[in-house]
Amino acid sequence: MAQPERLLVGCAAGFSGDRLDAAAPVVDTMIEQGGPAFLIFESLAERTLAFAQLARRDNPDAGYEPLLDHMLRPVLAICLKHGIRIVGNFGAANPRAAGLLIRKIAQEEGISVPRIAVVTGDDVSGESCRAALDQALKENTAIESPSEPVSGEIVSANAYQGADGIVTALRDGAQVVVTGRVADPSLTVGPAMAHYGWREDDWARLGPAVMAGHLLECGAQVTGGYFADPGYKDVPDLFNVGYPIAQIDREGVCIIGKAARTGGFVTTQTVKEQLLYELHDPSAYLTPDAVADISQAVVRELGPNQVQLSHVAGKPRPDKLKVNAYYNGGWLAEGEISYAGPRAEGRARLAADILQRRLGHDLDIRVDLIGVASVFSDDRGQWLRGMADTGARDVRLRVAASHQDKTMADRLTKELNALYTCGPAAGGGVRTGLRPRLAMRSCFLGREHAPVSVEILD
Amino acid sequence: MTNTLTVPLYRLAHGRTGDKGNRSNISVIAWHPELYPILLEQLTEARVAQLFNYRQATQVKRYCVDTLQAMNFVIDAVLDGGVNASLNLDAHGKALSYLLLDLPISVPLELSTYLVGPEEAGTRAEPLQA
Repeated sequence: MAQPERLLVGCAAGFSGDRLDAAAPVVDTMIEQGGPAFLIFESLAERTLAFAQLARRDNPDAGYEPLLDHMLRPVLAICLKHGIRIVGNFGAANPRAAGLLIRKIAQEEGISVPRIAVVTGDDVSGESCRAALDQALKENTAIESPSEPVSGEIVSANAYQGADGIVTALRDGAQVVVTGRVADPSLTVGPAMAHYGWREDDWARLGPAVMAGHLLECGAQVTGGYFADPGYKDVPDLFNVGYPIAQIDREGVCIIGKAARTGGFVTTQTVKEQLLYELHDPSAYLTPDAVADISQAVVRELGPNQVQLSHVAGKPRPDKLKVNAYYNGGWLAEGEISYAGPRAEGRARLAADILQRRLGHDLDIRVDLIGVASVFSDDRGQWLRGMADTGARDVRLRVAASHQDKTMADRLTKELNALYTCGPAAGGGVRTGLRPRLAMRSCFLGREHAPVSVEILD
Repeated sequence: MTNTLTVPLYRLAHGRTGDKGNRSNISVIAWHPELYPILLEQLTEARVAQLFNYRQATQVKRYCVDTLQAMNFVIDAVLDGGVNASLNLDAHGKALSYLLLDLPISVPLELSTYLVGPEEAGTRAEPLQA
């Protein structure tokens, strides 16, 4: 009997800064398994693009994933040799420059230059879109966006595009597709649509494919990464966690596996955790390609490291695209100093009190006692104020404040430094930092304002 | 004679936090189907809202996916403005799942066989009951 047709999509990166040795085992495994295969790289978290835009301002040739060379060079030749096509949003704020770099890598590696497609159109920060963007930000701010208006200068505004540009590029024979901002699942939906020839309104197949992409988009987060909790959730060989490979059938149903001869595991638990990751209403996961519905979804283990996701429904895609806009957001000042031994916590609390008294009129200072309370606690200090001295003997005081004005923010680092001589006894190990911040607002913008554009590099 | 046992939620369920803007979502997934009805009964929107009250959460919505024996809590305005505005070291609120997973849950003794992991002697981080 003939094998049912299946498409392999392996994911080699889940964010900018992910492991650079992840791709090779994924590629090797897909070659062993045979059949049509794609390798995807997801390297754009919410903020990454704004930082990339700042980099491009300083250098017009920059603005794409800074580690692109290191990500791609080790696997480019072998992927091309075996017909594995590559799709990545590593173009960030400058997909064309990324495409040119990939061409250069191919030349340096002595392989024939692949057909490289550059997908753009996501940047809606330009003058031609500004009026529509401002209006959208005023009218339909996304629910999760902070409501206060932002006054700073706009740094970047990018629409989450769907799979259409990727599909166009692949149908045009592209071997490498470089995009800027596309919705993370679209990196998987695009290859599946192009491979199976699905129509763009085939919601019943697009819905499941969206969730396959969702499971892949964070790399190792579905294969045992971000899961382990010794004694409760033990993961084998986490130090060598393998990255995921999805088998997607022509109905969009997927089976999640992982690279061979690696650590980690794929279980119903790891798949369920990633399925609900960054999801709101399970019956309406909004993406530009389709609205996916997992309210009846079934997750089933078919074998070791083989977990199937089925019974995902799809509904028509939203009319508008989500846009994240970033603005200059002033300055963030941070500082730390350590206290240890008898009454360490008391001395750290006194140091915090000194900073509050000297700066509290001008800055809203967050106080953390690392080792006592520094993570669950809130910026307003409710949690810490409600907590008596625990008698901790090894405490690092950490303070933070933000301000539009750099000099004002920097007062915090200066006062923290002064604790060396003016603060409580035996404080040591001061570290301070002062960095620019970005402020973000989200909205929904009509698709006509972000038409996708596909360029094949000559 | 008591016929229930009080244990932290992490012995009944596992979960993960995600963030978008100033909104957090925390999944709570039963380790075993027999434990899921206990979660439905005790892990209410009101209880989770109370837990995150000190962080000024404005709304908690619970979505249940029975086929996965899982629930998804969507918590609004709980991240001090979100990753770009918060002063928290963990500006994403990645750790918040473990605040939720530490909630005490009553389990009928006959279901204790489904509990995961050893009993732990550690102390709970007590949030301020504002």
